[in-house]
Amino acid sequence: MNTSESSVRDRLCEALRDREEEIADRWVRLQLEQAVLSTDMSEHEVREEADLLISALAAGLASDVPVERLVTSRNDLRRTVIELSLRRARAGASPTATSLAVLSLKEALLTAVQYTTRDSAELFSAAILINRLLDAAGVLSFETYVEGREEVIQRQSRQLLEVSTPVVRLWRHVLAVPLIGTLDTARTQVVMESLLQAIQDNEAQVAIIDITGVPAVDTAVAQHLMHTVNAVRLMGADCVISGIRPPIAQTIAQLGIDLSTILTRATLADALAAAIRLTDQPAVGSGASASPDRPVTE
Amino acid sequence: MTPPRPTGVPILRLGDVLVTGLLNELDDTSALAFTAELTERIVSDGARGVLIDISRLEIIDSFVARTLTELTTMARLLGARVIVAGMRPAVAITLVELGLRLTGVETALNAEQGLTALGWQRMPHPPGPPGKARP
Amino acid sequence: MMPGDALTAGAQVGRPGVRARGGAEAAAPSSAHAPVYGEAGAGPDADAERSSRYEVRCEEDLLTVRHAVREATVRAGFGIVDQTRVVTAASELARNAYVHGGGGTLEVRLLAPGGRRGLRLTVRDEGPGIPDVETALQDGFTTGSGLGHGLGGARRLMHDFQVRTAPGRGTTVVVTRWNDR
Repeated sequence: MNTSESSVRDRLCEALRDREEEIADRWVRLQLEQAVLSTDMSEHEVREEADLLISALAAGLASDVPVERLVTSRNDLRRTVIELSLRRARAGASPTATSLAVLSLKEALLTAVQYTTRDSAELFSAAILINRLLDAAGVLSFETYVEGREEVIQRQSRQLLEVSTPVVRLWRHVLAVPLIGTLDTARTQVVMESLLQAIQDNEAQVAIIDITGVPAVDTAVAQHLMHTVNAVRLMGADCVISGIRPPIAQTIAQLGIDLSTILTRATLADALAAAIRLTDQPAVGSGASASPDRPVTE
Repeated sequence: MTPPRPTGVPILRLGDVLVTGLLNELDDTSALAFTAELTERIVSDGARGVLIDISRLEIIDSFVARTLTELTTMARLLGARVIVAGMRPAVAITLVELGLRLTGVETALNAEQGLTALGWQRMPHPPGPPGKARP
Repeated sequence: MMPGDALTAGAQVGRPGVRARGGAEAAAPSSAHAPVYGEAGAGPDADAERSSRYEVRCEEDLLTVRHAVREATVRAGFGIVDQTRVVTAASELARNAYVHGGGGTLEVRLLAPGGRRGLRLTVRDEGPGIPDVETALQDGFTTGSGLGHGLGGARRLMHDFQVRTAPGRGTTVVVTRWNDR
């Protein structure tokens, strides 16, 4: 069996070397026919991919690593399969299409071997070998695809978070974030980061966090809100929280936070009125005494 | 008494206000020397206010935080009000999460607002000839 | 994030050996690792999870360490706030090792198991050790300069925090932060 395997392997190597162009052409054509390509990829790119993978396969087969382990243990081969799969995952190709892309290489390879031998026993052995080799590639490709999609999903959920927490400018030097719905730690952190960035960008003196639309928060989120207030102050601006509902008031009270330093208002309108009054004073983070002359700002 | 080692951090004087800034590459020894130098200057220049611009600081760890709070306390004891201006958003978040509050330290969004708070004003127009009617 | 960026970042996710290493990481926390010296270039996976080691022997080293950790956070794809968190934690731990431990080392390791990315810092010193870790983690505890937020603060800034110490046996702190967003 070993001798026949090695002879089949040599045969395959030879086919890969001598018919490289042909195999690549056929593989690209098969992918185009099966419509497994997304519109984002040009034929030229697919062809480049094919050339890379085929030369990596040829180099791998020439080594003495067992075929099953070839794809996972040969770095160049592995990397080529991973990159191919990631590219498709990011371009939005379906998992079926991505697997088919790798698996359709089987047909292209087998066709090439057919030109080198007519012996059916040998062809059968070659088919088995190609299957074992490329099934491993298919598995790796699928795993990579799933990881790549995970990455896309994570990025999208972050983008969604950013969209769902808009920081708006309500008045000269006054910003507000109206929060609606459930607040979890991740979302609260995004709010905090985008609010602080907006304060810097707009030179805002007061930031209003309106939580009228938030039914309840857990202690971790309440803690984050308080962190936000403190961070806003460290930057040299003031923070007003408006629309605290009774359950949230309870959570904050349970945290034992000293609320005496935190400015709260019942409604967003009240908060805005308070904010405008604050902007009439010189802008200093904590305990600033009003200077006799009002600053002239434009 | 040996004079404090110069740190290379410029301390400018604008009337009775000293303007200076902390740099990212300040090591511990230089930070201590800077504190000494600044407090000396408060006394020798009779400063009533100090503006420390920290917009270049990429991180504030507990050592830098302590330097800032100590500076503020010392300056206050010497009769000057300190305003720390321009803390970056990421630095502010990290500082809060680290559990530091910079107790007693006044902050401003940027150097300009800090100076305004210390009594300096931006002129709406170039100063006109004296005697012109004022609103 | 631009599509171009995504592609570059993804190349790291798919680096050779990532998956295999990921499993090992989960099974054995870094405490089980042999001294760092032996690890670099040990196998075919050597460049999958890059790690570098820095001396913390003088004040200048503290700055060097901060720069190195900052670079690593950028490579791990951290956003600006996470970068600041990790660099600040590194600064606290390195200063602890320098002030209390009489100098030590800081190792930065990029982690990439199963598509996740993270950064692990291992700070070692051969100092007197911490007699009571619980007390040391409380705010306000300090035996040197600083506000006593070193250990506790670093713990709050990172996702995972482990400390191994005994009187006379030095201190090793291992902290990890994941780039989950």
